[in-house]
Amino acid sequence: MIRPLRVGVDAGSTTWKAVAIDGEGRIVAAMLLRSEPRVEEQSERALAEMLGPLVPEAPPRVAATGYGRRRVPGAVARPTEIAAHAFGAAWLAPDASLVLDVGGQDAKAIRLGPGGRAAEFAMNDRCAAGTGRFLENTLSRLGIPWDAVDDMVRGAPRAAQISSTCAVFAETEIVGLIADGAPVPDVVRGLVESLADRLAALIAQVHPGGAIVATGGVARCRPLLAAVAARTGQTVRPAPEPQLVGALGAALLAGP
Amino acid sequence: MGLLRRIRHEAEARLVGPAIAGLNAARRLRRLEAKAPRPPLGPPLRNGVRLRAIVERYYFAGRTADGARPVAWVTSGAPVEVLRPLGYYVVYPENHAAVCGAMRTARDLCEAAERAGHSRDLCSYARTDIGALLAGRTPVGRLPKPDLLVCCTNICQTVAGWYRTLARETGARLVFVDTPFLQGDLLPHHTAYVRRQVETLAAEAERVAGRELRMPDLERSLRSAQDAAFLWGECLATARARPAPWVGIEAFFHMAPIVVLRGLDEAQAYYRDLLGELRERSAAGVAGIEGERVRLVWDNLPIWSELRRLGDLLAARRANLVAATYTHAWSECADLFSAGDPFDAIAATYTSVLLNRDLAHRARGLADLARRYGAHGVLFHSDRSCKPYSLGQHGLRDLLAREHGIPGVVVEADHSDPRSVAWEAAAGRIEAFIEGLG
Repeated sequence: MIRPLRVGVDAGSTTWKAVAIDGEGRIVAAMLLRSEPRVEEQSERALAEMLGPLVPEAPPRVAATGYGRRRVPGAVARPTEIAAHAFGAAWLAPDASLVLDVGGQDAKAIRLGPGGRAAEFAMNDRCAAGTGRFLENTLSRLGIPWDAVDDMVRGAPRAAQISSTCAVFAETEIVGLIADGAPVPDVVRGLVESLADRLAALIAQVHPGGAIVATGGVARCRPLLAAVAARTGQTVRPAPEPQLVGALGAALLAGP
Repeated sequence: MGLLRRIRHEAEARLVGPAIAGLNAARRLRRLEAKAPRPPLGPPLRNGVRLRAIVERYYFAGRTADGARPVAWVTSGAPVEVLRPLGYYVVYPENHAAVCGAMRTARDLCEAAERAGHSRDLCSYARTDIGALLAGRTPVGRLPKPDLLVCCTNICQTVAGWYRTLARETGARLVFVDTPFLQGDLLPHHTAYVRRQVETLAAEAERVAGRELRMPDLERSLRSAQDAAFLWGECLATARARPAPWVGIEAFFHMAPIVVLRGLDEAQAYYRDLLGELRERSAAGVAGIEGERVRLVWDNLPIWSELRRLGDLLAARRANLVAATYTHAWSECADLFSAGDPFDAIAATYTSVLLNRDLAHRARGLADLARRYGAHGVLFHSDRSCKPYSLGQHGLRDLLAREHGIPGVVVEADHSDPRSVAWEAAAGRIEAFIEGLG
């Protein structure tokens, strides 16, 4: 019997991701795009483009996750991002006991249970201060590209104190710091540490222990992971292709 | 009270209101019978139609009550049994605000209160009612002007400021019943302190009504309240069956008579019928949610503006709210209604309500509910503008998980103000929690 391709779509607030797994459990295609407002149209078009060259023998089984999961056409399952990230991360890092997912719109700490199930989770509330969008907005305000963050933080002798817990007020605070002559690297380091404080508090809510695997776009920010590790006393490593973990988890949940 | 106004009120309350509510009920019943099933939801309760008729009649009667009979506005946890024998028409601003919340008119009314200077952090029931009063708008037609305001602090301290505002705006006499917060058990001095205030309330209510409170009438009113509370408790207890014979969310609506008609025979009659229907459904194996898979307990007030979406979300996952601390709070103290003489019984009952008890009591109650109803988890509604109910929920959640193995999730929203509800975020948490239960 031909086992159909399993396809996971993660229609997130910032990026649209998809991963396809073949009958042998191998990842055979992946895609990452900027999210468009019309999830239905983007999903149909992008999936046709991604799956076209694979010529599947049986219709693929699609599962959708992310904020737009209800609008992805033809999905056989629509797990939440929490379930999807838990399954995806557990598949990639079987030794991990906790997933830290920092996406565009929210941040989640997920304690893994047996079989990759989410045993417990905590999320940021409505405030965006602990999310990828927070970092993205403030870096953009400072005119600093993502790739420059590592070097800048390493070169910063101290972290500027960013006390605000609100994304909007933090931006105002940063403007004030720069106006007062604070060196930009110190401000960037302060930003990263303020984000790490919030993430460490989130992790503390789910009774952590063991290794942490980081997913979502912000997992590419190594100084942030190091700062979280320093606060929690646990190892924190990025998942391979961290932005695709949710889509991978959805694909795993699309069928046996 | 004018005789003509009395005659008009009696005619409207006893003839016109029931006739209109009856016609509406007949129309709704026909619609209900013609309605296609909505699986996995089981068939709707017949008594749902009757409930709407009762609420319609109640509010209809209120439109002409002032000037015809004494009118009291009271907090939900006020000892209304004292007022019933004196012929009061009783308005429950909290129930009115819940109706506004469910009918999605609360937002405008909250904004009217905010324009008058009330903080957005204030209880959204308070803002809804103050806004309705200031703007002169209500979806129930008209609320009668109060002659007496009765504020019992057993549900929160916010009511103190809220009722002072009502007193200022309406000029009505305000009586407080201050209930000491119980850290531990109810002690004799608590009862004595509250009893004295209930006696003061009775004297003031007699003065305003211009008649004497007769003890046999008060005793009858208490018995009626007790019977209704027991019957309501039995209705709720039918959800211990697997599957539960009704959708738990409906209990938030069906609690209306125990709140607004407590102490009147109509409440008993309603719950007797509802209990009959629920037992019939149980015996016939009718489920609120067909294929019920997940059983949950709800803590705190409901999110009135989102109950339909919450119901759909839960039903799609074959999950049912089999119990709620909020709905059970109206039956838990039923046995105290007969503790001693009427004034002692009232003092004991109204001082012992859920929100007047410490967290240890709430934790025991929650664990007990979850155990008795075979719940898999608890949904904690962290209510943005109801702090007394929401404080301590994270601790309760941890304690239940640690000591009783019952997991829980905290969801942020608001009971009445839709601007404080981020439904997508709340729904995501609830869905993820149910997924995690397996």
